[in-house]
Amino acid sequence: MENYLWLIPFLPACGAVILLIIGRFLPKALVSILACGTIFTSFILAVITFVQLLGLPADERIIHQTVYTWLQAGVFKASVAFLVDPLSIIMLLVVTGVGFLIHVYSIGYMADDKRYSRYFGFLNLFVFAMLLLVSGDNLLMMFIGWEGVGLCSYFLIGFWFEKTANAVAGMKAFIVNRIGDFGFIIGMMLLFWSLGQVSGQWTVTFTELREHAHYLTPAIATAIGILLFVGACGKSAQIPLYIWLPDAMAGPTPVSALIHAATMVTAGVYMIARMNFVYVLSPTAMMVVAIVGVSTALFAGTIGLFQKDIKKVLAYSTISQLGYMFLGVGVGAFGAGIFHLMTHAFFKALLFMGSGSVIHGTGGEQDIEKMGGLRKYMPVTFWTFLIGTLAIAGIPGLSGFFSKDEILWKAFSSSNGHWALWLVGLIAAGCTSFYMFRLLFKTFFGKNRSLHPEHETPEQEVSGSPECCDTPDAHHEKHPHIHESPWIMTAPLVILALLSIVGGYVGIPAIIGGANHIEHFMAPVFETHQEAVATHGEAPLEHQEGSHGTELLLMIVSVLVALGGISTAYYFYMVKPHLPKQIAAKFAFIYNLVFNKYYVDEIYQKVFVSNLLRLNNLLAYQIDLGIIDWIVNAVGLGSVKAAIGSGWTDQTFVDGAVNGTATTVLTGGKVARIPQTGRLKNYLTWAVAGVALMIVGFWLLLR
Amino acid sequence: MIPLQHFLIVSAGLLCLGLYIVLVRKNAVAILMGIELILNGASIAFVAFSRYVSGAVTGQTFVIFIIIIAVCEAAVALAIILNIYQNFRTVDTDQTKELKG
Repeated sequence: MENYLWLIPFLPACGAVILLIIGRFLPKALVSILACGTIFTSFILAVITFVQLLGLPADERIIHQTVYTWLQAGVFKASVAFLVDPLSIIMLLVVTGVGFLIHVYSIGYMADDKRYSRYFGFLNLFVFAMLLLVSGDNLLMMFIGWEGVGLCSYFLIGFWFEKTANAVAGMKAFIVNRIGDFGFIIGMMLLFWSLGQVSGQWTVTFTELREHAHYLTPAIATAIGILLFVGACGKSAQIPLYIWLPDAMAGPTPVSALIHAATMVTAGVYMIARMNFVYVLSPTAMMVVAIVGVSTALFAGTIGLFQKDIKKVLAYSTISQLGYMFLGVGVGAFGAGIFHLMTHAFFKALLFMGSGSVIHGTGGEQDIEKMGGLRKYMPVTFWTFLIGTLAIAGIPGLSGFFSKDEILWKAFSSSNGHWALWLVGLIAAGCTSFYMFRLLFKTFFGKNRSLHPEHETPEQEVSGSPECCDTPDAHHEKHPHIHESPWIMTAPLVILALLSIVGGYVGIPAIIGGANHIEHFMAPVFETHQEAVATHGEAPLEHQEGSHGTELLLMIVSVLVALGGISTAYYFYMVKPHLPKQIAAKFAFIYNLVFNKYYVDEIYQKVFVSNLLRLNNLLAYQIDLGIIDWIVNAVGLGSVKAAIGSGWTDQTFVDGAVNGTATTVLTGGKVARIPQTGRLKNYLTWAVAGVALMIVGFWLLLR
Repeated sequence: MIPLQHFLIVSAGLLCLGLYIVLVRKNAVAILMGIELILNGASIAFVAFSRYVSGAVTGQTFVIFIIIIAVCEAAVALAIILNIYQNFRTVDTDQTKELKG
């Protein structure tokens, strides 16, 4: 019954291979059907698997399939094998489900693109890699997927590579990811090696690693945890490696929705949840994860406050929400982190595709200063966007509220949590609701500022986002005909909007009468800190669950903060639209600091990139040119000399012998040709001469 | 009676004369004539030997055959020469060398 498990990643791989090789010869309709069909079939298979999993008893919800042994060296063995448990099935459903909707949306969004089939080929390849990442049963499979998604991300960010900025953004994403991957590889090898050392188990499969993880000492576990988290920082855009994600918005908007919001960037969260058995051994590593997560949430949230590019706002919002997820897993609430991952996939994909719809409808405009009043032009986009915004802001009743509140509550109450983490997370939540509603008001309400240019604000002169370049239709019309997107784009929006509303109902906390299904569903996958410590033979810590009253109070506080953010945004951008400028002018220093993203890119440029380039120059011009090239040239020159000598020998002796033979034959032929005149008389003369000779001979003999 | 040597000297003289003509002349008709001389030289030697050495008529019979064959040869050769003349507009053997290798 498990034989089809391998098909889930295999189908998109097939689609990718077909589309990338012969896709350009196929009609567009067939390309669309092939691309969406493979993903949809995978989704159906994932749903079937999910149903099967639900049919099993809670503790045995694991489906495992080994396809073949990939490599074997002594006792070490790695297989191409798939593991589906409650954690990975949620990821599978999200990746295939949201992935399918984004594929459908792309049919509309990319309709006029000249590299249509290549786009879908890469998109399918990405889904394949992502499915490998989440369904592999060992670290190596996960790593292949991990690298695969990074590669596809690079391809798709630089998809419109005609513009240098897009290609550079792709490279930036790839290189920054490499830095994280370096940490991931080291952490992986350290885990493999140290576990083999202490337990004699040389293994990379998750089940066996989990079984033997308790052999690890806390110090080693801390090192492994932090190194793996470096990898997660790169992939999931956390401080200090978040800088690539805003630039990654250079890619087509559906790509931003799929890769840079819903799936790939959450791979880090998934990885840490998957490796939870290592993290529970090390409170230090978890603390690092939580602190980095919550600082990223706040940091990116504040940058998002003043951005002007619609996609940049969403990018910083994504970074901020990823910070939340890391806060969740960092305080030991792995289930809550994954829950937020799921709901975030719904509403952030929705928001990105909504923004894509806006960009599509306004003919490539991305600056929110030039939008406004779009509500009446594109009603479906507006309403779905509103639902997504309400969900991300954490309004009760929508999915974002339940998952975000779960994380905040765990940050406050769990044994790894702290009230300071909760407080910072709360401020970040306030920022989130403020900048999301700022975006909503500026885009959809008021008058259209590109049709009424007198409303242009002086803020535009400071506008410092030259990278914005999401223009599926390359031409910018001065007054684009603003229109609603076709149904093939709005239908996925509507479905995602529904999911953004109901997606949270699987995790309603007990305090307000829910059952929190999702947390119980995933619980067998995660070890609690107490269990892990208990296996070490130490006394279990007192579980400091806060009282119900506190939980309810905190919930109300966070709702109030969200409403506060919304009303502030309303006051600033609807009631008194000139107030923000005055405040910005008054606190120009702070405004510029935040607007320019705290100059982090510039600092990195000064500190790392330029010094690296200097080192490169040293290596290139001094060492490479001076020493290595000298040796190479010397060897080359020697070879040339030897070759000349060899060539002389060859020409003189070998060729001489060959030519000599030929010349001899030729000369002989010339000589032999002389008597052959073709005159019969000459021949006859020879004959007569012969006869005369014979007569003389006979006469001499017979005398 | 005329001794045998005189016949043989005449015969050898005719043969050498014919051979000389064949080797030296360019005209195909002249060469044909030279060939006739060679044949006649040979015929004289045949008849002389027949008369002086064996006494039988074998040599005379042979000469009859030689004469007949010479006639046939002359007829065929003249036909060939006429054809050569038609094709090459000459009977100079130095210029008819199409088959030279």
